[in-house]
Amino acid sequence: MGDLTTTYLGMNLKNPLVASASPLSEKVETVQKLEQAGIAAVVMYSLFEEQAIHESLELDHFLFAGTEISPEIGTIYSQTGKYTLQPEAYVETLGKLKQAVGIPVIGSLNGVSSGGWIKYAQKIEAAGADALELNLYYLPTDPDLSAAQIEENYLKLVGDVRKSIQIPLAVKLSPFFSALPNMAKRLVEAGADGLVLFNRFYQPDLDLEALEVVPNLTLSTSAEIRLPLRWIALLYGRIRADLALTSGVHTAEDVLKAMMAGASATMVASVLLEKGIDHIPTILTGIDLWMSQNEYESIQQMKGSLSQQSVAEPAAFERANYMKVLNSFRSLP
Amino acid sequence: MERVKVTIDGNEAAASVAHRTNEICAIYPITPSSNMGEWADDWSAAGRKNIWGTVPLVVELQSEGGASGAVHGALQTGALTTTFTASQGLLLMIPNMYKIAGELTSTVFHVTARTVATHALSIFGDHSDVMACRQTGWAMLASGSVQEAHDFACIAQTATLEARVPFIHFFDGFRTSHQVEKIEQLSDDDLRAMIDDELVRQHRARGLSPERPVLRGSAQNPDVFFQARETVNPFYTKIPGIVQKTMDKFGKLTGRQYHLFDYIGSPDAERVVVLMTSGGETAEATVRHLIEKGEKVGVLRVRLYRPFSVEHFLAALPKTAKTIAILDRTKEPGGGGEPLYLDVTSALFENGRQDIKVVGGRYGLSSKEFTPAMVKAVLDELKKPEPKNHFTVGIHDDVTHTSLDFDPSFSVEHPETVRCMFFGLGSDGTVGANKNSIKIIGEETENNAQGYFVYDSKKAGTMTTSHLRFGPKPIQAPYLISPNTANFVACHQFTFLERFDISRYTQPGGVFLLNSIFSTEEVWDNLPQEVQKDILEKKLEFYVINAYDVAEKTGMGARINTIMQTCFFAISGILPRDEAIAQIKKAIKKTYGKRGEAVVQKNYAAVDQTLANLHKVSVPGKVTSKISRRAPVPAEAPEFVKTVLGPMIASDGDSVPVSAMPIDGTFPTGTTKWEKRNIALEIPVWEPDLCIQCGKCSIVCPHAAIRHNVYETKFLEKAPATFKSMESKFKEFPGLAYTVQVAPEDCTGCTLCVEACPVKDKTNPSRKALNMAPQPPLREAEAVNWQFYLSLPEVDRTQLNIASIKNSQLLEPLFEFSGACSGCGETPYIKLLTQLFGDRAVIANATGCSSIYGGNLPTTPYTFNRDGRGPAWSNSLFEDNAEFGLGFRLTLDKQQEYAHDILPSFAAELGGDLVDSLRNADQTSELGIRQQRERVAALKEKLAQSKNPQAKNLLAVADALVKKSVWIVGGDGWAYDIGYGGLDHVMSLGRNLNILVLDTEVYSNTGGQASKSTPRGAVARFAASGKGLSKKDLGLMAIAYGYVYVARVALGFSDQHTLKAFLEAESYDGPSIIIAYSHCAMHGIDMAKGLEQQKLAVQSGLWPLYRYDPRLADEGKNPLLLDYKEPTVPVEQYMYNETRFRMLTQSNEARAESLLKLAREDAQSRWNFYSQLAAMHYSEEAG
Repeated sequence: MGDLTTTYLGMNLKNPLVASASPLSEKVETVQKLEQAGIAAVVMYSLFEEQAIHESLELDHFLFAGTEISPEIGTIYSQTGKYTLQPEAYVETLGKLKQAVGIPVIGSLNGVSSGGWIKYAQKIEAAGADALELNLYYLPTDPDLSAAQIEENYLKLVGDVRKSIQIPLAVKLSPFFSALPNMAKRLVEAGADGLVLFNRFYQPDLDLEALEVVPNLTLSTSAEIRLPLRWIALLYGRIRADLALTSGVHTAEDVLKAMMAGASATMVASVLLEKGIDHIPTILTGIDLWMSQNEYESIQQMKGSLSQQSVAEPAAFERANYMKVLNSFRSLP
Repeated sequence: MERVKVTIDGNEAAASVAHRTNEICAIYPITPSSNMGEWADDWSAAGRKNIWGTVPLVVELQSEGGASGAVHGALQTGALTTTFTASQGLLLMIPNMYKIAGELTSTVFHVTARTVATHALSIFGDHSDVMACRQTGWAMLASGSVQEAHDFACIAQTATLEARVPFIHFFDGFRTSHQVEKIEQLSDDDLRAMIDDELVRQHRARGLSPERPVLRGSAQNPDVFFQARETVNPFYTKIPGIVQKTMDKFGKLTGRQYHLFDYIGSPDAERVVVLMTSGGETAEATVRHLIEKGEKVGVLRVRLYRPFSVEHFLAALPKTAKTIAILDRTKEPGGGGEPLYLDVTSALFENGRQDIKVVGGRYGLSSKEFTPAMVKAVLDELKKPEPKNHFTVGIHDDVTHTSLDFDPSFSVEHPETVRCMFFGLGSDGTVGANKNSIKIIGEETENNAQGYFVYDSKKAGTMTTSHLRFGPKPIQAPYLISPNTANFVACHQFTFLERFDISRYTQPGGVFLLNSIFSTEEVWDNLPQEVQKDILEKKLEFYVINAYDVAEKTGMGARINTIMQTCFFAISGILPRDEAIAQIKKAIKKTYGKRGEAVVQKNYAAVDQTLANLHKVSVPGKVTSKISRRAPVPAEAPEFVKTVLGPMIASDGDSVPVSAMPIDGTFPTGTTKWEKRNIALEIPVWEPDLCIQCGKCSIVCPHAAIRHNVYETKFLEKAPATFKSMESKFKEFPGLAYTVQVAPEDCTGCTLCVEACPVKDKTNPSRKALNMAPQPPLREAEAVNWQFYLSLPEVDRTQLNIASIKNSQLLEPLFEFSGACSGCGETPYIKLLTQLFGDRAVIANATGCSSIYGGNLPTTPYTFNRDGRGPAWSNSLFEDNAEFGLGFRLTLDKQQEYAHDILPSFAAELGGDLVDSLRNADQTSELGIRQQRERVAALKEKLAQSKNPQAKNLLAVADALVKKSVWIVGGDGWAYDIGYGGLDHVMSLGRNLNILVLDTEVYSNTGGQASKSTPRGAVARFAASGKGLSKKDLGLMAIAYGYVYVARVALGFSDQHTLKAFLEAESYDGPSIIIAYSHCAMHGIDMAKGLEQQKLAVQSGLWPLYRYDPRLADEGKNPLLLDYKEPTVPVEQYMYNETRFRMLTQSNEARAESLLKLAREDAQSRWNFYSQLAAMHYSEEAG
């Protein structure tokens, strides 16, 4: 058996397979099953800034609505009742997870503003999280809002969160930056200990019958690994932070590629939702088998071996490769 | 020991003691007592223990009758048990109360004294309910303030245990039950110090137990019943002594000494008023004031009313008293006087005090104001050599001239007391903010504080008026702040100024604060002239803020409460500004903290941004406005509407004299149309280029404010310029014009019509055939269009196939512009009923939401058509509605039978053909009904000329020859709970009745208490931890009869199905019941999405849709027609759109999850059950 251990955000992981933020971490029993199946760490489902705010406002609205319309109505719901709102429930679940499993548990915050809600970073830390993953996702629709302004907001947020906690901080980001390496560098300078590449976005669909925009959820495929793989290969060695690959990790080969590109960990969710938790041993066995067949002793040995800095043809990751791919279509029948 | 000071209302004050000194609360909601039960339920749900360390068990029953039975049973088995009730509820408890007293059982019922319905229902306060119990053998203890409601709850509980006689502890409904006051709270140790545990143990020991078997509740005969009844006398003799002893003990413990009769006044008073409850506070303050002016007057406040201790009464009455007035807050028509008057006269007579002149008077019925001016009027009357007896005070009785005149400007309020009024909307949070303000003042300053809140009678666009008093002196003022006396008046809605005289309340030199969309510079010219005049004449300090703007910028939406509250503190200066802001923020944290940080933060932001936007207006020296306040109703309104309803609309109903009021509670219908409330911020605008004329907008409109019609194009010649029309697409009406028209001043802006509109513009799908647009710019033109639309002829209903939605909506609604909530899920069903059958319908309506929006004054929504026909409507009670409606049917059947019986004797006179056709008319169609009406008209004409002695008798019942449609309408509280026994029986009789259950799955009108219709997993009042058991299947129970037509409908899922069910139910010559899903504000939903929720309820299988038509069984077919499919939508997709379900996930996730699973199983198992039932073969061949 090869040495599958890796370090991510200062944590020693028994293998590079980390469960990414998904509904799989909503229940303690499921996370226990993930641990038993061999997962090395788990990122909890995300606590969304908008959800936390929306939930609070909605609760307020409906606790009030209708209470002042008639002398016969007092308060419609209990005055003494306690409500466990999403942030509190999140922190509570995290605490329970930490009690129930031995693997590292990483909290996940998804938001874009430096408002009062980032105090939940502290609460997540206090609940025992081993690290925090901050998921940055902002969809700009205002033509007057520049990329620079958005980036500044991101950096401020990362800086604010960094200042508020002691545990390692990973930043999960999207690929949509004009100068990703520069952004990555500045995020690290702002306090990120690791970068998670990349966020998957659920793109809405259009319903032709109803003439409406409808939400659409599709799971990832192995093909999606290419984009993060390239950027990890490019960033590896260029920034002082751990890199984790997410999006499209479905097979042992995907994990191996990520490691060779320079990732410290790989995140899985879609494949587990699709094939079940029992698929984890299949991947781990596959990694082990490949390593033994190819005479690798450890993951560490292969880490970054196919990063841009290490490969024989660094240009393959760059524009030239783009030309090559386009040309390859010409040979198709 | 320093006790905690709290600022709470009377209900909480009484319930706080009751909950801590009992083990069981068996309850049923009824205004204004419901909150006591809710508090008890809340505290028990939160695990709060009583003084013996156990959490009281709180159980909701199906009625007050049921609650009293459960109380009786619990008492008989030795538990400390209580209940809370009022009015009709108390009356339903009377049979058990006789038993409880007869068995010498210790208990206290806490009663918010409320009017018993007579010519009308009233939710407000008087003593007609408690006075109906004075013969039951219960002791009766009357408290007059929030502090007393707290204290007397303790005194009553302590005394009942020693006396072994049950106690009614009562206080004035609303005036005390809902008045917020600063009081000193009794600690658990206080309660322990008062209550003797040995007596508690003795109470338990008297409980039934097979360990020491006894029999209680025997049947006795003439030989011994009488003697046995007299055995209790010694117990009653001792009660006054026990109560006084308890009061003395309480006095020593707390410093608040009470007596059975508390006399306040000059020791040598010659004139004395005697009364009880909150009126005593007013009288006490007035007497103190008059004594300072040198008058020899006094007030005797009755605390223990039953047993009436003559000895103590005489001892308390000053020896110098020459003339006394006994004031009763109740009316006993035909009696020798009202109850307290009779007690006092008897006491004086029996003791030889005929030297005292005694007069009796009535005051304060249904919370009628009782002010110092009225007390003074009574005391002044007593100066006369022959003071009026059996007088009234507070009204103008110009019929039997009972009333005393009074000077409304007379005031006894202490100069240091500050009076403030706030006029808000039910949706802007004004009341809540003021409750917070009064708590801040009460608990964070040395001031005494009082708050009282008034609501108008419409649920959509309700105006709330908050009356706040505070000051260093005790506040004995249980009456509203009167005109020209408020130091501070805030108008939170600019549009109120054009409808109500608000500035009249401000005292000269006072402050008038206005939430204004106009800037400081513009606001003056936009005020009505009357307001400008008031500001100038009274030299008011005039402040404005654009609270909408601040609210918008801080995410507060329509909730301007915090902003206006901050203005109040800033201007009033009751606290230094910084401290006031800190206290407001503290209150925000306390009130909203549990709702999440975002809510707290937005409120903080609103507070922080307020002061910069608050401006004092430099008032010009003259009236400049061209705008006048609008008359409450237009000049063309009927006289009754103008002279009686008009003042009520303008908040001046107190001025209506006795002679103006109907003598027997009979009112004209069709009056809402005269009250143009203009509450919609946005109204729908019709786009003819997209409209497919489907009528869906019309059928879903809860307020009948959007309608459609087809008409000949010639009528368009006189159409207003902006009136829209298009060519009719009705195949029955080719070549005609078609219009969808909105009543702009009656629409509530709920948007259900837009939601229901199925058409989208292909190039711009956000544009439908109806789109919302701001109302103000449209109001004037559309109001003219609406009037023109109403002038168009109605389609001949005999020519219509009304089985299609679009055609049914051509029928005129005879239920319009009700006071129901914006987006109400109930009213579309009622409106449909009136469209289809309203011109021959008689409706029995159970008490509840539908009786309130259906019959609450000033204006009512049932109306009549151009022939003058329309629904005749009445409300009897909550519990008896099915029986009430049955009575309608019996009359109609009997009258028709009588007419049929005597018609043949007129054959020679009328012609045999007419008699035959009258008796055998086919009235199964609109045409048949019209023809019968014509025959009856001919009959009446002939009878009017007839010399036959029976002619007048036949004339009197001739209308019964035309088919009538009897409808029994009510909510689920009635149909599933309190009225179920009657409903079941009425269905069993097989008569031709139609029952419409407006099923909101909760007691909506009283604020969301659980009923047996409440679904599994829903959080409701009395089901704080989520209802654990499934909803009762009322439809299935009705199906079990086999001869009842049953339909479950949901308009939002299928309007066509609903229409079909109504037509089938009405056509069935037997009992029919329609159970109609009615989305409701109590569900915690966006009301605009109510129809969508109805759809999801059906698709998820939680609201099965079916019709059970017994006629099909006669044809050998299965009578059950399932009109929904196997659940396709997960139940959570429906449930978690609603706060009532979602809330449980926030309060108890594990329970929510398990109930969700069970709800899923409910949906599936119900489908399995119904689908098998519907698949059964009924034909003989199948047998």
